[in-house]
Amino acid sequence: MPKKELETANRPDNTAFTQQRLPAWQPILSAGIVIPGFVLIGLAFIGIGVALFLTSRNITVLEMDYTGVETTSDCYKCSAGTLPNCVCNLYFTLNETFPGTVYFYYGLSNYFQSYRKFGASRDDNQLSGDTYYFTSPLAVCTPYQYDVNNNPIVPCGISANSMFNDTFNLYQLVNGSKTVPLDGRGIAWWSDYNIKFRNPTSDPLRNAFNGTVKPPFWSKPVFELDLTDKSNNGFLNQDFLVWMRRAALPNFRKLYRRITGPDYASGLPPGNYTIEIAYNYPVMSFNGRKKVVLSNVSWMGGKNDFLGVAYLVVGSLCIVMSMVMLIVYAKFKFPDDV
Amino acid sequence: SEKCFSNGMHTSKYNVFTFLPLNLFEQFQRIANAYFLILLLLQLIPAISSLSWFTTVVPLVLVLSVTAAKDATDDIVSINMLQSERWMNVQVGDIIKLENNQFVTADLLLLSSSEPLNLVYIETAELDGETNLKVKQALTVTGDMGDNIQKLAAFNGEVRCEPPNNRLDRFTGTLNNAGQKYSLDNNRILLRGCTLRNTDWCFGLVLFGGPETKLMKNCGKTTFKRTSVDRLMNVLVLCIFGFLAVMCTILAIGNRIWEQRWGSDFTAFLPREDGVNASFSAFLTFWSYIIILNTVVPISLYVSMEVIRLGNSFYIDWDRNMYHAHSDTPAEARTTTLNEELGQIKYIFSDKTGTLTQNIMTFNKCSINGKSYGEKHKTVDWSFNPLADQRFSFHDHSLVEAVKLESPEVHTFFRLLSLCHTVMAEEKREGELLYQAQSPDEGALVTAARNFGFVFRSRTPESVTVVEMGKQRCYDLLAILDFNNVRKRMSVIVRSPEGKLCLYCKGADTIIYERLHQSCSKLMDITTEHLNEYAGEGLRTLALACKDLDEKYFKEWQQRHHVASTALEDREQKLDLLYEEIEKDLMLLGATAIEDKLQDGVPQTIEQLSQADIKIWVLTGDKQETAENIGYSCNMLREEMNDIFIVSANNTDDVRQELRNALNAIKPGAEVFTPVTSLGSKVKVIKDEEVDGEFGLVINGHSLAYALDGSMELLFLRVACLCKTVICCRVTPLQKAQVVELVKKYKQAVTLAIGDGANDVSMIKAAHIGVGISGQEGMQAVLSSDYSFAQFRYLERLLLVHGRWSYLRMCKFLSYFFYKNFTFTFVHLWYAFFCGFSAQTVYDEWFITLYNLVYTALPVLGMSLFDQDVNDMWSFQHPKLYVPGQLNQYFSKTAFFKCALHSVYSSVVLFFIPYAAMYDTVRSDGKDIADYQSFALLTQTCLVFTVCIQLGLDMSYWTAVNQLFVWGSLTMYFAVTFAMYSNGMYLAAPASFPFIGTARNSLNQPNVWLTILLTSILCVLPVVAYRFLLIQLRPTINNKVGPLSSKSGDQLHLSKIRRSSTRRSGYAFSHAQGYGDLVTSTRFLRRPAIVPSSGFTLLGRTTGFSPMGRSAGYSGGGGGSGAVV
Repeated sequence: MPKKELETANRPDNTAFTQQRLPAWQPILSAGIVIPGFVLIGLAFIGIGVALFLTSRNITVLEMDYTGVETTSDCYKCSAGTLPNCVCNLYFTLNETFPGTVYFYYGLSNYFQSYRKFGASRDDNQLSGDTYYFTSPLAVCTPYQYDVNNNPIVPCGISANSMFNDTFNLYQLVNGSKTVPLDGRGIAWWSDYNIKFRNPTSDPLRNAFNGTVKPPFWSKPVFELDLTDKSNNGFLNQDFLVWMRRAALPNFRKLYRRITGPDYASGLPPGNYTIEIAYNYPVMSFNGRKKVVLSNVSWMGGKNDFLGVAYLVVGSLCIVMSMVMLIVYAKFKFPDDV
Repeated sequence: SEKCFSNGMHTSKYNVFTFLPLNLFEQFQRIANAYFLILLLLQLIPAISSLSWFTTVVPLVLVLSVTAAKDATDDIVSINMLQSERWMNVQVGDIIKLENNQFVTADLLLLSSSEPLNLVYIETAELDGETNLKVKQALTVTGDMGDNIQKLAAFNGEVRCEPPNNRLDRFTGTLNNAGQKYSLDNNRILLRGCTLRNTDWCFGLVLFGGPETKLMKNCGKTTFKRTSVDRLMNVLVLCIFGFLAVMCTILAIGNRIWEQRWGSDFTAFLPREDGVNASFSAFLTFWSYIIILNTVVPISLYVSMEVIRLGNSFYIDWDRNMYHAHSDTPAEARTTTLNEELGQIKYIFSDKTGTLTQNIMTFNKCSINGKSYGEKHKTVDWSFNPLADQRFSFHDHSLVEAVKLESPEVHTFFRLLSLCHTVMAEEKREGELLYQAQSPDEGALVTAARNFGFVFRSRTPESVTVVEMGKQRCYDLLAILDFNNVRKRMSVIVRSPEGKLCLYCKGADTIIYERLHQSCSKLMDITTEHLNEYAGEGLRTLALACKDLDEKYFKEWQQRHHVASTALEDREQKLDLLYEEIEKDLMLLGATAIEDKLQDGVPQTIEQLSQADIKIWVLTGDKQETAENIGYSCNMLREEMNDIFIVSANNTDDVRQELRNALNAIKPGAEVFTPVTSLGSKVKVIKDEEVDGEFGLVINGHSLAYALDGSMELLFLRVACLCKTVICCRVTPLQKAQVVELVKKYKQAVTLAIGDGANDVSMIKAAHIGVGISGQEGMQAVLSSDYSFAQFRYLERLLLVHGRWSYLRMCKFLSYFFYKNFTFTFVHLWYAFFCGFSAQTVYDEWFITLYNLVYTALPVLGMSLFDQDVNDMWSFQHPKLYVPGQLNQYFSKTAFFKCALHSVYSSVVLFFIPYAAMYDTVRSDGKDIADYQSFALLTQTCLVFTVCIQLGLDMSYWTAVNQLFVWGSLTMYFAVTFAMYSNGMYLAAPASFPFIGTARNSLNQPNVWLTILLTSILCVLPVVAYRFLLIQLRPTINNKVGPLSSKSGDQLHLSKIRRSSTRRSGYAFSHAQGYGDLVTSTRFLRRPAIVPSSGFTLLGRTTGFSPMGRSAGYSGGGGGSGAVV
């Protein structure tokens, strides 16, 4: 205003901020943005969906239940849990090459690792090698904090106690049976193996565990989990690490081994195979299921058709919606009189 | 009264030591904070603690400290305010001295004054809105002490008086002094709220102080104001609590079933604690879920609301468009808790004097002998007249020319103005004249005459001295035919120095016209045109006429007058008849037009506000004519209106009948019973009704008293609401509040009261929002107001811009805030089905702690502080944009319900898309990714993206700050997440940061990112489509006039105020009767120039006067002041 204005003490500052005149971008849901936007998103999603779907389709998965519910199953004998050191076999045939690298998983169903107490009942201090917690584990570990003689349990807690202890050997049945070597190194997360879990510094390792007892369900103490590989013991045992990474859902699979042996690195050739299972882990009591899964992976991980299909569906819906919006827009243009 | 109040009032609550305990105590009395304290205690029980204690403690401490800081600053501000207040130490019984133009801040018994007869002049505009001066007089026994401090201090008297009450027009009491008993009435009392005028000094004895003063008794209760959004929030929060309990019960039942069917089988791996069976587990689960799902009642909600309101209040303080440069007054938001209600106002109750008007009268135009002067040209230079008042300005030079040409009509015109009045002149130094006018109208007229060369210089009871065009002339003042509300005119009879007898008369045009000589008819027609023109412009008009008197006739008339004025019976009637007789066959001179200066932009503001469907009611203590006149000049009353009802009956039945008639006129055949819808048992609501045409209602205080009675209030309210304009005149402060309360009670509408004076305090306090006009002398209104600014016109900006924005922002904030928290919380609900209803959280505990405080706090705050759907210019151009606020359209129970449904949808997507995408899948190197920690990270990342995009959709005004907040929060999320999940943090505290490595291991996977993309897009796309279709199918007012509409290119045109000029009298005169007697009382004059020795008692009447303008004027022999020389 050109009017003469007095500069005075109480006059508010004339800044864009105080006068609420900050320059701003004001996006508006106009037809020119929304409709082409939907078309573009729809097209992009359909593209991604096709790529994902094809990728997922190319992944081979072989899933076999070995719980032994059916009497025909070889594992039926073990399922009752009455036989000690029960071993059963699971036979399967490949008609064409299982392209690889093939990953060997075990799977559990109806198993609630996701239950709050299951996840909470562990002592991360203990698992990081802090020997103070060897003598007094955290209370959250109850009822596996101390045994009846009041000896501290290491590793304590429900999580560790319930560790999966079936073991598997894979044989190809050609001219008798040929062992398919299973590679158990590096199956846990790098950060778990190197940072999160650490053994106490003592040599030999077992000395650190003096005065502690193994979890009651375990057959071997933690420092003797792998008798063949000295470095694969204690909290750094790969199978232990994999188990301790708690599953989100009641049905889950966990990596057991990779098949990287010289003859099998590029895949399992066609033929007959058998999996020799040391059946130790009882699941029948809670109606659980155990399975082995052979699978290869792609850039998008394991086989999962859902993501691709979801992208395709959402993409198509976007296109349909854009049509609907176009029609509505054309029909109900703003009346000129306001 | 036994207990005397000191004049000060304490508002500070704390001192340094009591602050912490008191403040904490107060804060925990708020339900929300107490709730979180209980939650915290629950979390400390290991069996049910589903979340670590820090998830509640960190937010709670933050919220408490922010609130405490705010309370502390509020308290410090109020302490400072107290100290600046003078008068706080005044006690009952003190004697205090007041000087000219000082504000009276306690109820005083007037003891003595500087003026003769112990008179003081006071202005009561603050108290009742009347603009004329009033006179109070001290008792002689006290008045004789003068300003002798020793005598005053030694004065030994006892006052007995009525207990404190709210009657402004009544006082009874006695003063006992030296065995003598003197009666005290209202004439001896100076009430708090008055201003001393034209009086050098006076002494007063404090009778009532502080809260016991009549004014404060009229102020009504101070109530803690809450906004309708607050009240809605309380209901919603209760609903949410109920909903929370229902959810937790369902989940507990789920847990009971799970424990029975699966849990008891699973005990091999998941042993139960001793003594815990399925039912007890369910009981514990209930509480665990209470802890987890507590985020549906977000702790940061209340503190965020306060921050938003505070921010929006600062905008009001900072607004330069509401800063009044002339008085150097910025607008001030004195309450920081009511902002959004400014966007929902439906009724405005406005004071008149000082609010709509400036309380300044200016002589604007005149019509002399059929010629109209006063068109806007150059400002007239008064240098030709040494006695001119330089502050007076006139814009038509031709009138000066006419005066200089010695046109006889023009001279007579101004001579009349300089003679026919009751103004008193004071000449402290030669040429420096000071007029003491009883009403500003008269002051303006006499000043006009003065500037045009007819300078009223002094008066004695029998003479008036005028300097006419430089020549001093002394007129004998033979009679004053005083003004009263029935006569609506006043006359003087004077004898010129040449000996010519002349009667000069000024008054309402309709009255004068009836008394004109037939020869004037032609002039009458022209003058009528001018008068209509002036009236059309809202000017206050007076017609002027004169008449030469025959010496013989006058002598005879004077005799009869003398008889009549000493008559004991029917004196007034007889006098009136005499006046009537002599005031006839007048010769019309012309007319004057005085502008009761409205504040700048008042008509435009009122027009704009009524465009915004806001109803404006004027509540004034002033007279009916004055109020009506202002109604016209503000364009609230219009000639085109179908009808204007005037209710001024004096008993219940008549008032009822007049209101019924009005109702029938507006809605013929309307049912007698007011349609009322009941909400619950107590609350009744009158619905708005459609009206054909425009109506106005003017009701005076007497009638209002009946109309506000329980049996008639509904009828009154109904009629008033059917009218476009309502003007209540002659109302007391308490009635103002009653009217406001009435509307509050039966209309579910938000009210605003605006005023400047102490008489407005009650309604300011009663209304939802009180606005004070600041920058004036009295601060009463401002001190009890919620918002204050210097000019009425700023109201438009306060409501249409600040109020609208505040409301919009608050509603957007609430919708979004509930959405973001519900979505966040409901995901737990779905996960319950996959974790055995074990109260396992979906997210990392740190995420839960920081979600509301760090990751999503700033973007939504940014939105609620900066968002503008349209800018201020658009708000002004399209006042209709204000309507959605009045109808509560942006946030209501329905909106809340929609928001909850939206959250359900989002949470389903947020849980099940990651669930399905991660089901049985692995990383691209075959390792685990379907683990709990990765799943938690995936879901929470999806959530953060979703709520960010949703915010982006809601936000319509992206400033740089908003960009920074949104992108900053996203960045912050990743930075904090990676930091929390880093090696270093884990090594420092292994048990607190168990999520180590999760971010690295899952966020480098393409399928994780594709899941995030799908989830967040799927959450918002339906919203975009829904909103887009809604705009097309059911466009709201916003879409219609929004920047997108076809109208956006239209030229900006502010609605021009048109006034019609059909026949209407513009008469309004803020004069009170009784002053004719006053000016003719000899002793009244300070320096009686000549005391006539003739002993001729002027018109023979006892000159008892009635200082309060309202009371009947001619009561003789009052107060011992009626001595006649």
